[in-house]
Amino acid sequence: MSILIDRNTKVICQGFTGDQATQHCIQCIEYGTDLVGGVTPGKGGQTHLDLPVFDSVSEAVDQTGVTASIIFVPARFCKASILEAAESGISLIICITEGIPTIDMLEVKARCDSLGVRLIGPNCPGIITPGECKMGIMPGNIHLPGKVGVISRSGTLTYEAVKQTSDLGFGQTSCVGIGGDPIPGSSFIDILGLFQNDPLTEAIVMVGEIGGTAEEAAAEFIKSNVNKPVVSYIAGVTAPAGKRMGHAGAIIAGGKGTAEDKFRALEAAGVYTVKSPAEIGKGIAEVTGW
Amino acid sequence: MNLHEYQAKQLFREFNIAVSDGVAASSAEEAEKAALLIGGSKWVVKAQVHAGGRGKAGGVEIVDDISQVKAFANKWLGKSLVTFQTDEKGQPINKILVESCTDIANELYLGAVIDRASQRLVVMASTEGGVNIEEVAEETPEKIFKIAVDPIKGTNDLDADELSNLLSLNELQKSQFRYIYRGIVNLFLEKDLALLEVNPLVITEEGDLLCLDAKINIDSNALYRQEALTLMRDPSQEDEREVKAAEWDLSYVALDGNIGCMVNGAGLAMGTMDIIKLHGGEPANFLDVGGTADSKRVSEAFKIILSDESVNTVLINIFGGIVRCDVIADGIVEALTVMGVSVPVVVRLEGNNAQLGLKKLDECDLNIIPASSLEEAADLAVKASKGDLK
Repeated sequence: MSILIDRNTKVICQGFTGDQATQHCIQCIEYGTDLVGGVTPGKGGQTHLDLPVFDSVSEAVDQTGVTASIIFVPARFCKASILEAAESGISLIICITEGIPTIDMLEVKARCDSLGVRLIGPNCPGIITPGECKMGIMPGNIHLPGKVGVISRSGTLTYEAVKQTSDLGFGQTSCVGIGGDPIPGSSFIDILGLFQNDPLTEAIVMVGEIGGTAEEAAAEFIKSNVNKPVVSYIAGVTAPAGKRMGHAGAIIAGGKGTAEDKFRALEAAGVYTVKSPAEIGKGIAEVTGW
Repeated sequence: MNLHEYQAKQLFREFNIAVSDGVAASSAEEAEKAALLIGGSKWVVKAQVHAGGRGKAGGVEIVDDISQVKAFANKWLGKSLVTFQTDEKGQPINKILVESCTDIANELYLGAVIDRASQRLVVMASTEGGVNIEEVAEETPEKIFKIAVDPIKGTNDLDADELSNLLSLNELQKSQFRYIYRGIVNLFLEKDLALLEVNPLVITEEGDLLCLDAKINIDSNALYRQEALTLMRDPSQEDEREVKAAEWDLSYVALDGNIGCMVNGAGLAMGTMDIIKLHGGEPANFLDVGGTADSKRVSEAFKIILSDESVNTVLINIFGGIVRCDVIADGIVEALTVMGVSVPVVVRLEGNNAQLGLKKLDECDLNIIPASSLEEAADLAVKASKGDLK
């Protein structure tokens, strides 16, 4: 078992024929992902990477029965692309693109929620179920099929956590980069719930960072809903407060959001925290006795 | 991207949000003309900088003589204003705003921001406007009223009226508040704002609502579709190196230490700073080279890091996912060769094509110290920065 994707997941890529998409789709296919085609408006009927190109997501869904989409289109087109996928019967959307205006995400998130569509990202490395399916831009070779579930807001810190759990031989069930944007499609809580219910996931790594209150909310959720061991690292203890304008940001955050606040909330929820990004793997060994 | 108060108020006028009469001036003569144009016998003069706390720092004055308008302009134009929201150098003042003076009966607070927790645009208001609003929010959060805007249905006058009632506004003010509320929600959504704040929103002696201050921050990701706002950018208010970095799509923040950092990904960049500190060192900066760093951008990143004279060691930490480590290695070698870098450079490459990258670094005869893990990289960099590395 795993969460969200496995060897049977059929995948399409939106923005298929672009440079970035092409480079990463090649790597996904090599990894074993069942990529059945892609969408680039105006290029329907062509073939790319030996796979069919469709003009629209609904055509792709009709002809291939695909359920998952990975999006590489430029930021300015992401809102339309995500909504197109959500309204065409795709149930899992991974948006890799960074730089999407926040106002666009307000509506996208609300619509995905009302349609019951799971969105991961934007501005994220994607998801991987090691040895089965890769829908993302992570280097496949650092992963190892295993028993740790990994969730992270930061792309490269996810790789750090993955490498350490692979080097120690624990491996991962699935790894999910939820992305660092203010309005992510899925939150820590959404993914924590999935890992809690996945029988093969025996421990969870949660990598957070300063800003917002997502980690504090996750801590509350863990306290009452997660009984698997959780190890957490929060990046940004040393980050400076920085220049700012006005008070609205501070008021809405209610005085939360620093790394210290997040560590405190997580520790109070029984989470094992590490203060160095190099000690995530060791933390898992510590809490599980592996 | 931040706007100046005078620019924000220009947008307020476009959206029918009530503000004082005012004119921005770049010289004492212009300030004098502005005051005469506005008329009356009393003016407010305000230094235009991208920071709050101007009043407490002397950057806002009420004057009742034209000569005082000129004196204020002469005193501040070309100088810098240091407030509790700036660094110790302060922000340069290139313009002052001359406004008609308002007699205030009451000060309210009005703000709008994207609330990450509820994933909505939230409008906040309070009867406790003024300089201590953050304390009010912390000590008596029940005095901050909030309305979330539905991202699909939008907003309506009922939301505005609900806030009006909570603020105990009278019927006249209630109808004025509808305009203000609708104005700020539309302005926020149409112009891709990240923050809008009116502190204070005042009730004048005559009983009218008026926005006395205006702060606007724009979502940088949306500037491609906000051409008019992009023209309002004032680079003089931004850190020179941060501006330079942004030109190359690099994210840079200067700090006080001596270990220059070049990392891909914001999270890992912060993580690298954290681990340097844990090893007893001091990071000189935050620098995220992003996911598509090529030789040119790595070279530019080096230039920016080394323009900070306190840097005596550089730590490069790249975990290649999108970015290929051999490309980064080429960039490092090219930059070090061209620039004749003399400080030790500790490099940790991992991920996509890491072996090839390390081989390239190995084959060059530059002052490069390879590290095989994050832990080792931090340890070596801290030792090098203290001169403890042979």
